Amino acid sequence: MEKENWLFNISPKNNTFNLNLKEVWQYRDLLFLFVKRDVVTLYKQTILGPLWYLIQPLFTSVIFTLVFNNVAGIQTGEIPPFLFNLAGITTWNYFKECLIATSDTFKKNEQIFGKVYFPRIIMPMSIVVSNLLKFGIQLLILLGFYLYYAFYTTTVVRPNQLLFLFPVLILIMGMLGLGLGMIISSMVTKYRDLTFLVSFGTQLLMYISLVVIPFSLFQEKGVEWLVMYNPMGYIIEMARFLLLNEGNISQFGIAYTFISSVMCLFFGTVIFNKTEKTFIDTI
Amino acid sequence: MMEQQDVILKVENLSKQYRLGSVGTGTISHDLNRFFAKISGKEDPYLKIGASNDCSTKGASQYVWALKDINFEVKKGEVLGIIGKNGAGKSTLLKILSKVTGPTTGSVKFNGRIASLLEVGTGFHPEMTGKENIFLNGAILGMTKKEISRKLGEIINFSGCERYIDTPVKRYSSGMKVRLAFAVAAFLEPDILIVDEVLAVGDAEFQKKAIGKMQDISSQVGRTVLFVSHDMAAVQSLCTQGVLLENGEIIFSGTSQDTVHFYLNAERKKVTQNLLKRTDRRGSGEVRFSKVEMLNEFGNSVSEVISGAYIKFRLHLVFYKTINVKDLIFGLVIYDMNEVKIGDFYSDEMGIKFDKIKGYVDLEFPELLLRGGEYSLVIVVQTNIFNVQLIDLVKGVFNFKVFPGDYWKSGKINRATNIALIFGKYINSEKPL
Repeated sequence: MEKENWLFNISPKNNTFNLNLKEVWQYRDLLFLFVKRDVVTLYKQTILGPLWYLIQPLFTSVIFTLVFNNVAGIQTGEIPPFLFNLAGITTWNYFKECLIATSDTFKKNEQIFGKVYFPRIIMPMSIVVSNLLKFGIQLLILLGFYLYYAFYTTTVVRPNQLLFLFPVLILIMGMLGLGLGMIISSMVTKYRDLTFLVSFGTQLLMYISLVVIPFSLFQEKGVEWLVMYNPMGYIIEMARFLLLNEGNISQFGIAYTFISSVMCLFFGTVIFNKTEKTFIDTI
Repeated sequence: MMEQQDVILKVENLSKQYRLGSVGTGTISHDLNRFFAKISGKEDPYLKIGASNDCSTKGASQYVWALKDINFEVKKGEVLGIIGKNGAGKSTLLKILSKVTGPTTGSVKFNGRIASLLEVGTGFHPEMTGKENIFLNGAILGMTKKEISRKLGEIINFSGCERYIDTPVKRYSSGMKVRLAFAVAAFLEPDILIVDEVLAVGDAEFQKKAIGKMQDISSQVGRTVLFVSHDMAAVQSLCTQGVLLENGEIIFSGTSQDTVHFYLNAERKKVTQNLLKRTDRRGSGEVRFSKVEMLNEFGNSVSEVISGAYIKFRLHLVFYKTINVKDLIFGLVIYDMNEVKIGDFYSDEMGIKFDKIKGYVDLEFPELLLRGGEYSLVIVVQTNIFNVQLIDLVKGVFNFKVFPGDYWKSGKINRATNIALIFGKYINSEKPL
């Protein structure tokens, strides 16, 4: 046995921190093609097509404005409540879609994962990217209403001068959604209970993520502990701060959000990589 | 030859354990036990137990070994056939090799890219066109976009779906889908190709094309192929080496010819079905059939045979009355699975009178000229003293399987269609008329 320099080795042990990024890079075309597939096929054989991307946040904002602001009387400061809600919901939706779709990765792709190997992480990554496109379209409608309020009404809306940092915020949010989604999807392979938790958990989480209720209101009522440890709350608040120059952000919030997102992504990737090897036996 | 040392794939002590029953009750407690064993530095408590994977008997343990201590090597350019009964562990082995699931213990080491055709067409999206799906499927199998673009023309050509290539795949017939998927996979350029029963799909013409392509891959390009199949003739003609799995263990490895022979012999199902217990028989009953056997050239009792092989049917008899055996007429009729008569063999018209019968009668076929398929027998014994009188007749006594072979020695596997082969020859005309 003079020759023991093998190029590849399949063995039961998997180096926990070997994330195999090189392999992911080799499969980058697949990532792109999955994104294309998701975008192209989602609204095939529908009449309104991509318009559905717009209808959903729009209607949600209208209803939220009616219920929370008109009926319940929540104050949103200088900002028109509709714009306040639309900004919150658009941002929140991106996180929600990423989380829900990635948390289903293993179960939904059982068929294809059971037949052929490629770096499994390509799948959740493609979800995060294709949702980014959807998010972009939804930002356009936000921009439309933004301009309407800025030029055709008496209210003063203007972005913060730090608006250029908005993409960074989206990146952090994507990392958080991807990381959490991967952790959940890894656990779902054995314990299906989590699927039920995710759909209704995200719904509950929305209410303590400052989507409709501003942080100031939580402070007023003395229950800020409800939202203090939720990184999504800071993200939404920061998004509104950048877009509408409304609300206040703290250094603690920024640091806390950033660290928790990075940690989430890191642990998500590690757990996901550990699971991908044998999940097909337990799912 | 330098090829001799060139081992491209090496499997060492490979084992795979599965848990029986449904995952649910006890999963958490087992996980916790494993966890505590791990942090206290002990061995996984569930790895020690586990019976061998014999599906038919009920074992005490909840864990079974689907594969146990598998060791083999494959050299570059070799075509390895992996055979075995259903549940022998073939698919599990291929799943580990194609990285779909990981092994429990042991390792696989290899040089080069492995691609598998574990059931083609996975990842096709029905709403996307044929062309879009070629790209998607190719990328799933590990090709880059550039590679696919380069081979696109060839792939479309090979699939024979040119006209439909811009139509969504959901409008395709199932055969077209399979052809398109195989075409993509066929133009992959892996160093090691894994093929699992893909040839079972598609029509005869496409199968031929697919087999031809596989032969090209291994012989011309010198690529290594691992081929799993139930088709013994295909294994014999395509593969150079063979491995026989049974209950998760390798019980034979050698050349593909030897492996197939070993398998067919090992497969001698002890068909000791006692015909005397059958009540659905006709005839006066002075003599009764007690057992039917099919014997191969070595005299071993078998139930599967390759088309064109030597075979002997042995009809065991029990005499209840003294009877003049010279008057006995034996008949054996071969039926296919659709109850269509394929051929019959009566001793009187074949000019045989028996002088003495010592418990059985043999009917010999130097070449069993049946095409691939499953057949059964009807056996009959009559007496002809004054007129023909039925003594015993039993239907459906022996089911046997014929694997397609290469009767005309042309290198082409004969089509499997449950009929007899008749000798004939095409003549090349010397001059145009």
